[in-house]
Amino acid sequence: MREIFVLTEHRRGQIRDVTFEMLTKGRELAEETNTELTAVLLGKDVKEYAKTLSEYANRVLVVEDTKLENFNSEAYQKVLANLINERKPLLTMMGHTSYGVELAPSLATALNLPLATDCIDLTFENETFFVTRQMYGGKVNVRAVVRKSESYIATVRPATFQPQKPESMNGEITEIASPLTEEITEKRFIEYVLPPPGGVDITAADVLVGIGRGIKDEKNLPMMEELAKALGGVLACSRPIIDKGWLPSDRQVGTSGKTVKPKLYIAVGISGAFQHVLGMKNSDLIIAINKDPNAPIFSFADYGVVDDLFKIVPQLKEKIYELKGQKA
Amino acid sequence: MDVIVCVKHVPETAEAEIKIDSSGKSIEKAGLVFDINEWDDYALEEAVRIKEKFGGTVTAITVGSEEAESTLRKCLARGADQAIRVDGKAFEGSDGYATAKILHRAIKDMHFDIILTGMQAGDDGYAVVGPVLAEMLGIPHATMIKKIELGEGVAKVNRELEGGLEEKVEVKLPALFTVQTGINEPRYVSIMGIRKAMKKEIKVLGLADIGLTENDVGEAGSWIKIEKLFIPPVEKQAEFIKGSPEEVAAKIAEIIKAKGLV
Ligand SMILES: Cc1cc2nc3c(=O)[nH]c(=O)nc-3n(C[C@H](O)[C@H](O)[C@H](O)COP(=O)(O)OP(=O)(O)OC[C@H]3O[C@@H](n4cnc5c(N)ncnc54)[C@H](O)[C@@H]3O)c2cc1C
Repeated sequence: MREIFVLTEHRRGQIRDVTFEMLTKGRELAEETNTELTAVLLGKDVKEYAKTLSEYANRVLVVEDTKLENFNSEAYQKVLANLINERKPLLTMMGHTSYGVELAPSLATALNLPLATDCIDLTFENETFFVTRQMYGGKVNVRAVVRKSESYIATVRPATFQPQKPESMNGEITEIASPLTEEITEKRFIEYVLPPPGGVDITAADVLVGIGRGIKDEKNLPMMEELAKALGGVLACSRPIIDKGWLPSDRQVGTSGKTVKPKLYIAVGISGAFQHVLGMKNSDLIIAINKDPNAPIFSFADYGVVDDLFKIVPQLKEKIYELKGQKA
Repeated sequence: MDVIVCVKHVPETAEAEIKIDSSGKSIEKAGLVFDINEWDDYALEEAVRIKEKFGGTVTAITVGSEEAESTLRKCLARGADQAIRVDGKAFEGSDGYATAKILHRAIKDMHFDIILTGMQAGDDGYAVVGPVLAEMLGIPHATMIKKIELGEGVAKVNRELEGGLEEKVEVKLPALFTVQTGINEPRYVSIMGIRKAMKKEIKVLGLADIGLTENDVGEAGSWIKIEKLFIPPVEKQAEFIKGSPEEVAAKIAEIIKAKGLV
């Protein structure tokens, strides 16, 4: 029976969530297409993971090699190319993550298979492969058809599918000899680089004022800081504020920053790109201030204000102090 | 070090109202402001810094229509030595894969030590052009780069992983790197730089010049074909607070108070 491959993403001793999200979507696709779900696991000393994965898939293919100890797209590409050529899966899924972005496009090119990236939905209809993805920072969705092929590759956006453990699944674990007989010569993993320690822990704050590119200029930071102070909270931000060097990187909320869950998150001049939203959408109360009524942030907020933030923020600070019976 | 930097001319849409056009497959471009893709801006800056430190040249290349020349002029003003634009009617509908094919044909006989691209384009967000191009050229690549240290025949680069983590990787040169935002601080262009850039010639190449046929590019030569665009369905809609700034502020303050946060 043909298969759907899900590439296991793991790092520093842990299987990453996107793997289980893909296995859940993969199972649905396997049922629809009458195929089997196969988790593909590359690494070194990873048998323990294989057991966990076997509870989600019909089969786990394990390739172990010291050259696979840390992710390296050169090594991964060689192993996956072999597996795909031999087993001809209908579809190979991997995360639209730092690993998937590094690996999928060159693998697809080398195998001459079509690739759809950053998918938020995938379906087979009458033997045609359709995907849904986003454009323009999440303001538009696209339904696209993938060039007809015997086998497809797709990268899947993290946190899109809710992971669900099947009732009774006990996949067989198959070990496959590593095809990596030659040295990996072009790319070498050296080390992980951790973010600098210390600084402000935004994950511990009850109230966060999250500021985005909409604040326009570094000279507007004090106005934002004053609002945070009035609320007894802390300033957090979207990525462009870090990229410009206006705040230190420990203040960044999102996939490449921190995940926060404060009692109150006020998003000021933030559009609501998914990389930001993933880091704050579980806050208890979200209030968004943005002059664009169609900003995606409004579909994650409890309350929204469509207006110029420079008019609202100073007024809000005043009102908070009034309620507290204090002068600003 | 000879560096080639691939850039894209894209509409700025963060603050703009977006309308889907009558074809249903594209947005209405009229009225939108176009500029260099955010990620490419950082790639360009990195290319110019490499040239300043190690000598050599910077070549900026784009696949785009005549309007895209303003982005190439910006590259020239910021320190690129030459600019190439690849253009053709048949290119319309090209996805990242077809675009990489076009770039490959235009670049393959040029000398380079490093190719830089943005890690993705802000409009379609495929994040594939760089690594596909590298595979076609038969050179290694690394994506989402936050730091480049050049050595003898190799580069040590920091790749961004999730949650603030990075990994340091050594890559043999020549190589292609896709750049993540925040790797540097792109410089402003001087008036002098702009004036000088206006005089420079932009080389234009067409389909025949790069030896491709209509079937290799556009929708025919792409991995994926857009069927239709639609506005994302809203799962939850914020309750909008209306009124003058003062009224709005008073209402928000009450909501916050009701939650016991003031
Ligand atoms: C791999 C990767 C990882 C990423 N990781 C992260 C991450 O961890 N965190 C993150 O935040 N982003 C991340 N990003 C970037 C993300 O895709 C967006 O580019 C970013 O979140 C946009 O930030 P923003 O909303 O502040 O800016 P923009 O999208 O530019 O939005 C600015 C908003 O301000 C509004 N505005 C402007 N002026 C005013 C005004 N006067 N009054 C009111 N509103 C105004 C505009 O309407 C607009 O909605 C990542 C991207 C990639 C590719």
